[in-house]
Amino acid sequence: MNRLEKLQQWFNKRINEGRLKSPWIVHFDCGSCNGCDIETLACLTPVYDVERFGIINVGNPKHADVLLVTGTVNSRNRHVLKNIYDQMPEPKAVIAIGACGMTGGVFRECYNVLGGVDQVIPVDVYVPGCPAKPEAIIDGVVTALERIKVKLGLIEDPALSSGEAAAALEPVSSFTQTAPEKGVESEAAALTGESSAARSSAFDAPASDLSAAGATSAKETAAQGDATAENPAGETSAAAFEQEPAAQSETAGGTTPPAGKAQEHDGKTV
Amino acid sequence: MIMLLPYAVAALVLSVIAGGLLSGVDRIVTARLQSRQGPPVLQPFYDVFKLFGKTHSVVNPWQVFCSFVYVTASALALLLFFMRGDLLLLFFILTIGAVFQVVGALTVNSPFSQVGAQRELLQMLTYEPILILVFIALSMKSGSFLIADIYRLEEPLLPSMPLVYVALGYALTIKLRKSPFDISASHHAHQEIVRGVLNDYSGPQLALLEIGHWLDVVLLLGICSLFWSTGVVGMIVLLAATYFVELVIDNVCARLTWQWMLLRGLCAGVILCVINLFLLYAV
Ligand code: SF4
Repeated sequence: MNRLEKLQQWFNKRINEGRLKSPWIVHFDCGSCNGCDIETLACLTPVYDVERFGIINVGNPKHADVLLVTGTVNSRNRHVLKNIYDQMPEPKAVIAIGACGMTGGVFRECYNVLGGVDQVIPVDVYVPGCPAKPEAIIDGVVTALERIKVKLGLIEDPALSSGEAAAALEPVSSFTQTAPEKGVESEAAALTGESSAARSSAFDAPASDLSAAGATSAKETAAQGDATAENPAGETSAAAFEQEPAAQSETAGGTTPPAGKAQEHDGKTV
Repeated sequence: MIMLLPYAVAALVLSVIAGGLLSGVDRIVTARLQSRQGPPVLQPFYDVFKLFGKTHSVVNPWQVFCSFVYVTASALALLLFFMRGDLLLLFFILTIGAVFQVVGALTVNSPFSQVGAQRELLQMLTYEPILILVFIALSMKSGSFLIADIYRLEEPLLPSMPLVYVALGYALTIKLRKSPFDISASHHAHQEIVRGVLNDYSGPQLALLEIGHWLDVVLLLGICSLFWSTGVVGMIVLLAATYFVELVIDNVCARLTWQWMLLRGLCAGVILCVINLFLLYAV
């Protein structure tokens, strides 16, 4: 009996390990301009080679663990999106890519556009940018794994713990890695604490309104682009995966929503 | 033969591990050939464990049944191989497994699964005559269909039947789901029919099919190893070379149509086998 339990424990441990090490993705183009799609598919090329992290683009919701959504949701494709989401077996995560996936972006004011992906399905991670950089998308998947860890109860919810601990758990934006500075670090800790709170609150309350974030994130990505320009892509994304305690540089939040938005969220849901 | 059963069971457990590792090495070598770094060597195990942990979402109970039959048939065929049993019996058990995989795919409504299942049948139509001819060639040399008799031979079989070995390569490529014959389901995702015959198996069922696939690969490599049954070193060299050639072919070829497969694959394989059989008979 005891031995059986041990075996079961070992098996469960391996299953949890597998969940973190083999996130298979399905990519759904929900009416994007194809900018974000091209960046998403660029992750599969030899330059970025996401298969290093066990990520495979399976193209089949029944096999996938992570749903990548690019583009805005409109009244017609919301059903398709919901259908794909419902076909994925648990545990699963959703990543909204680009300004459009977050809020509707430049198409936000169109008569048929409902807004971001979170109007229809719960979103775990937002990847800003217009289009989002491949590094940011890979980073988004890695951050989604952190969310899955929380869901599985492997780690405490960083949103609930202190800002310092949250910073230690955040792998975000390490692709814009520069030497960590003391002052920036503490500031960043507060920032990540907030932004992860924003993400989890968005996860709980999917239909929250995210106004004006598209513009902010677009600006931020411009800053990010400058910061990452010198770094060879392959190395930086590897660093993004391996480096655990990411000290934030001033171009914070590859995968987190902008700080302003985070505050707005806190005001709404807490 | 029954004395060998404990060893055969142990070897079966080992071959699950070996099959997974082989699949991992396969993915790394493939990645290197494409100038990528590739996943860790244990990646197939991570994948399978993860799949076991997913919630069940089956379309109908037949899928569960079929996946179990498939993995059981693969395991039995391999067990029979390790017990040095009858090649023909082994062949029929292998076929039962493959047929049930197709039946499971045919029970769902998805057009991708349906097309994948039809293509899988065409693939079976291609590799099964070749396998039978290979077994006939083996039995012509050793005098019976028992694997034990092949191990009694003094000289390796490869020099006397190189053409049969090449034909076996066709069957191996199809069974491994490698290009140009990966038409029913590809390991590299994003095919025109998504995952083809595997499309509607998900979670634990997909994990079972994956393990069954590893066992099939080990079995096919085992059959290849019969061509150098006299020495372990020669056997390993032969298998490593064969597998590497498979990987290179996989990477330099595009996926082709089933017509091409039937015409080129089946005809070429059968003709190669028949020529070799005539040579064996004449000499
Ligand atoms: S975020 Fe920009 S690049 Fe991406 S889909 Fe929207 S408009 Fe296109």
